[in-house]
Amino acid sequence: MAKRVSATNVTAYYGGFKAIENINLTVEPKTVTALIGPSGCGKSTFLRSINRMHEVLPGARVEGSLTIDDQDIYDRDVDVTAVRRTIGMVFQRPNPFPTMSIFENVVAGLKLNGVRKKSILEDAAEKALRAANLWGEVKDRLGKPGAGLSGGQQQRLCIARTIAVEPQVVLMDEPCSALDPISTLAIEDLMFQLKDKFTIIIVTHNMQQAARVSDRTAFFSIEKTGDPGRLIEYDNTQKIFSNPSVKKTEDYITGRFG
Amino acid sequence: MGETPHRSADAGTGGTRVTQSHEWPAGASARVAEAPVSTRTPGGTGLGGGGALPRSRRFGAERAFRGLTLAAGTAVLVIIAAIAIFLVVKAVPALRANTENFWSYEGWSPNETQPKFGIGALAFGTVLSSALALLMAVPVALGIALYLSHYAPRRLGTTLGFLVDLLAAVPSVVFGLWGRDVFSSPVRDFSVWLNQHFGWIPLFGGDGPFGASVMLGALVLAIMVLPIITSLSREVFLQTPTANEEAALALGATRWEMLRTAVLPYGRPGIIAAMMLGLGRALGETIALALTLGITFGISFNLIQNGGNTIAANIANAFGEANATGRGALIASGLVLFAITLIVNITARAIIYRRREFTESAA
Repeated sequence: MAKRVSATNVTAYYGGFKAIENINLTVEPKTVTALIGPSGCGKSTFLRSINRMHEVLPGARVEGSLTIDDQDIYDRDVDVTAVRRTIGMVFQRPNPFPTMSIFENVVAGLKLNGVRKKSILEDAAEKALRAANLWGEVKDRLGKPGAGLSGGQQQRLCIARTIAVEPQVVLMDEPCSALDPISTLAIEDLMFQLKDKFTIIIVTHNMQQAARVSDRTAFFSIEKTGDPGRLIEYDNTQKIFSNPSVKKTEDYITGRFG
Repeated sequence: MGETPHRSADAGTGGTRVTQSHEWPAGASARVAEAPVSTRTPGGTGLGGGGALPRSRRFGAERAFRGLTLAAGTAVLVIIAAIAIFLVVKAVPALRANTENFWSYEGWSPNETQPKFGIGALAFGTVLSSALALLMAVPVALGIALYLSHYAPRRLGTTLGFLVDLLAAVPSVVFGLWGRDVFSSPVRDFSVWLNQHFGWIPLFGGDGPFGASVMLGALVLAIMVLPIITSLSREVFLQTPTANEEAALALGATRWEMLRTAVLPYGRPGIIAAMMLGLGRALGETIALALTLGITFGISFNLIQNGGNTIAANIANAFGEANATGRGALIASGLVLFAITLIVNITARAIIYRRREFTESAA
């Protein structure tokens, strides 16, 4: 249920603008990897190229190779919807479908995959909601609108929706940036549990969060505005935050820039 | 909302007593507030305010604007009430003079000495032609709207959207003439074909003549309501939050599945509103139907034989030669049309209201 993600010379563009250049990194299964760096350094762009969400924007494209367990996801024969089913994504702002109930939100991905049988959907919804630590809070109001939950609950609902389709890898793009500290803590706890089953890659602006939740940390940076983002250092989280090998990383984590 | 001024208790009633609360900006000095011409020049104390707090202004732009909006709001009610009274006053004498049942009689001769007229056939024709038009227009309009908002390249989408809007600016008499003189012959050929092959279905039965039929009228109506429905639904579809579209895509949805999961449900109230506006136009359409329909007074589901009539088309056709009773009868028919439109709108509201829990939290 978890796969290795490898990026080789990944370069991504928005039209003529090169957002990231030559990113090389391998993420081991069942680990949490944090991507940190100053704004505009391309960490979200890199994250979005891992499940081919980058190319959704007009004019956006990716070069280089990205594999999950040695299968190239940018291969011409690969079905992009299958890629996104295998590599789920949680977004910065909680985005439950506003017209759907809590239950419908959780099973939306399953329904897209043609699962129709009520009993299967109900089991899957309960499983996903339990895994997202939300079951106890919503089990009596599954028919209520998902958008009626609090921000933190909505984000956990979105996580439940993502893991309900049982992906191999879960990408999280600053999942806590719109949440209060208590909800943030709930999501961080959740990440610990989820890494038993999934490979997790998280973009975060919060370095304490990166230090708390991740096993490995990748530091991205740019020379100056308009330059493409590059991977500066990628190592065990403990090493990055205690004894980084690159000066720039140290400057960033000690708050000297960025 | 911390910095909004407290509303004084008597502000709404136009009271002129001194109020306790102070109004923003607090910097204006007391002298300025009482001066006949109110200027906003702060008097030496600076905008932050020093010295005593100024008294509230009794007549400011705030109050003037409030009065203006109140007047505009009231005007709507007055106009509607005036129209309703006018219609009822004119209609009642004609209805009294009617020697047949107004609801069930199939015919319209209110100008005779023994006036006979009935609304049934007209109301039926109105609803039938509008419903048919909507049935044909909505799928096409939604298709166009989805293409323009989610498939077409942005510039093409904008250009085509503009062209669709232009279609709405064509006067209905042009549609009517085009329908009568140009469009009627292919419709006639198609009707004959339908009659030959599907004549066993009552809708397409009969033995002619074909052409100036409910089908022609409904087709012309469909083209006329198409731009309204298209352009409104397109606006609604464009408003779908990107976050929701991306959520669907990230779950492995194809483009069409994304539209079905995120865009269409989100746009549902808007689609219904667009349909109702289109239906409103179709129900009230006058001259295009007066020109294309065969004008008969009978209730029939036959779509392809010459015939059909609507309330509005009948008013256009009959008003010229109507005497006092005739005009009253036509106004009575107008009241019925008004009622039909009202029912349609209430139904639409009810449909939207039923899911309010979901649509409200979406906002």
